[in-house]
Amino acid sequence: MSNKEKHWEKTKGNMLLTLALWFFFGYIIFMFGESLNSASFLGYPLAYYMCAQGSIIAFVIILFWSANRQEKIDEECGFAERGEDD
Amino acid sequence: MFKGKFIDNLPKIYGTYTGGFLVFIILMAIAEQAGMTAKTIGILFVAFTVCIYAFIGWMSRTVQVDAYYVAGRSVPTVFNGMATAADWMSGASFVAMAGGIYFGGYTYMAFLIGWTGGYILVSSLLAPYLRKFGCYTVPDFIGTRYGGNLARFCAVVVLTLASFTYVTAQINATGTIAARALSIPFELGVWVGLVSILLCSMLGGMRAVTWTQVAQYIVLIIAYLLPIFWISNKGGYGFFPHLMLGEEVARLGELEAQFGLVKNAAADVKAAGVPGGLKSISLPHSEVPAGGMAAWKFISLVICMMVGTASLPHILMRYFTTPSVKAARKSVAWSLFFIALLYTSAPMLATLSKLSLMDPNLSTGIIGKDISAVMSIDWVQAWTAQKQAFIADFNGDGILQLNEWFMRGDVVVLSTPEIAGLPYVISGLVAAGGMAAAMSTADGLILAIANALSHDVYYKIIDPKADVRKRLLVARALLIVIGAAGAYIASMRITSILGAVAWAFDFAMSGLFFPLVLGVWWKRATREGAIAGMITGLASGTAYLIYVYPKFMGNPAWLGIDHLRFGIIGASVCLVVMVVVSLMTPEPDSSTQKMIDEVRIPTGKTILGKQH
Repeated sequence: MSNKEKHWEKTKGNMLLTLALWFFFGYIIFMFGESLNSASFLGYPLAYYMCAQGSIIAFVIILFWSANRQEKIDEECGFAERGEDD
Repeated sequence: MFKGKFIDNLPKIYGTYTGGFLVFIILMAIAEQAGMTAKTIGILFVAFTVCIYAFIGWMSRTVQVDAYYVAGRSVPTVFNGMATAADWMSGASFVAMAGGIYFGGYTYMAFLIGWTGGYILVSSLLAPYLRKFGCYTVPDFIGTRYGGNLARFCAVVVLTLASFTYVTAQINATGTIAARALSIPFELGVWVGLVSILLCSMLGGMRAVTWTQVAQYIVLIIAYLLPIFWISNKGGYGFFPHLMLGEEVARLGELEAQFGLVKNAAADVKAAGVPGGLKSISLPHSEVPAGGMAAWKFISLVICMMVGTASLPHILMRYFTTPSVKAARKSVAWSLFFIALLYTSAPMLATLSKLSLMDPNLSTGIIGKDISAVMSIDWVQAWTAQKQAFIADFNGDGILQLNEWFMRGDVVVLSTPEIAGLPYVISGLVAAGGMAAAMSTADGLILAIANALSHDVYYKIIDPKADVRKRLLVARALLIVIGAAGAYIASMRITSILGAVAWAFDFAMSGLFFPLVLGVWWKRATREGAIAGMITGLASGTAYLIYVYPKFMGNPAWLGIDHLRFGIIGASVCLVVMVVVSLMTPEPDSSTQKMIDEVRIPTGKTILGKQH
């Protein structure tokens, strides 16, 4: 049972970290869209770029990263699934 | 019989399919050179692709309950990602998104962030746990976690309302595209579209929808990306537009300053006789509007779309089809990868198409030119004749100003290949892509509603003793009834009254988000709390919508929360009520607590049996 609790604590930690990154790329930067736009990236105004590509690419990377991290947590606590792999 | 082998052979099968589709495009291009008419090419593109989907649908027919509801839980990660992407990207995403950016610029792009970031909520809060639960439908989870038919029924109501709001728009889009490509009246096009949709889903349920959605994704992504890369290379904007349009975006800013962004008065627009739904550019392309209110409007829209994404049942149920919990999680990541391919391209298409119209130095430019000269351009004549574009010379100077050119948003995707002078075969391809996008989403939505009604209402509540044959018969009958209801409403052309696609997200988040999330993450959540949350959330959200929507009561929006954002009200009420009522009622019994513990770990048996 304590193993289960440990697993859930770590899972919660991973969830909170993932959502913190999500909050940064989904919300925080757009709170400062106006000032961000004076900077540029690849020639695009930065806030425009983050909207068009930057944040979306960040979301994809966060998803893969977080899924791998969770798999490691499952492995560590002995809850990794066997056999029915993709 | 061929199922095991079929799964192993998927890359080969879909590789051949993709190759075959590319060969078909080349054949059409050759036929065009040989003098085949544009009309025939359009018909062939739509007919050929729809026949393939129907063939896949027929090959995937099944009489097994778990194949019908969850594709036998055997869909590999990457393919489920493609299917989800097709499920997700609707006719609206395909046809209207670039148009939205064309007119709304940065302000509109809140939708891009909202419709992608929601997948992080899906992955970290819901998908793996719902997969472990082993449910067939979303209400199945609510009904089992909280217990009792009332909770299940409330979830069915929210699901039906949200999905149905969405599905009429999709059937409408298939109708529009079918009507245009096959040159038949819209009312007939809607029914042709519906038959095509049902061919994909009726015989094989989720299994058939899965494999047709993969095929539809391949068509729609080719149809979206090919023209963008072609135009960018042809116009010399750069061989990889996503990385190389910085100068063009800056140039748009200059042109906006040169022509001036004027918002036409509604009375002027009406007096000039501009057809409904047509707009002129009045918002900057890349400039961020100033002020805290503008930032809040952006962010509040992002909240609604993200939370709504994580509550829409037709998306959540796609992750019930993976072989494992781990695969469900990875599959969410792949879904967003495939979605991002299209979403990151839409702003590029909008930029290219805007520039080609606005820049007077380009041969395609029309703004700042003589109106009589513009009126003699072929595509301008064609689109104005169809009331998709309009010129109103407000200041009477005979020169086309930026605020005098009106266009429907859809035209951006549908006509950019033509404006840029690409061969017609590309326009045919784009029509097939739009059809694929609208059909795949409609299929997912109709199936979500029909499955909830057949599994949760009919089998779980009305007749728990029904045998498999009867259950699947009811499921299929409901599929036809719901599809027909959607098509009937679409054919009455009242979709503008039914409101925006965004409403589906707001309805779903109002009633379902917190009952789903707290069901996994808060053991203390009780049945009474969930029921009260769903009812008050949906009721308050709907009441607020009626209160602010201009066509209903039209009251001023509170804190900028307008009819696109009413989910913020609904979901907040739902959360507060659910927490308060849960704390006031006795905590869930130990078997429920144990069930939640089991849901939280990936290993072990699913909570609900393989067949239930």
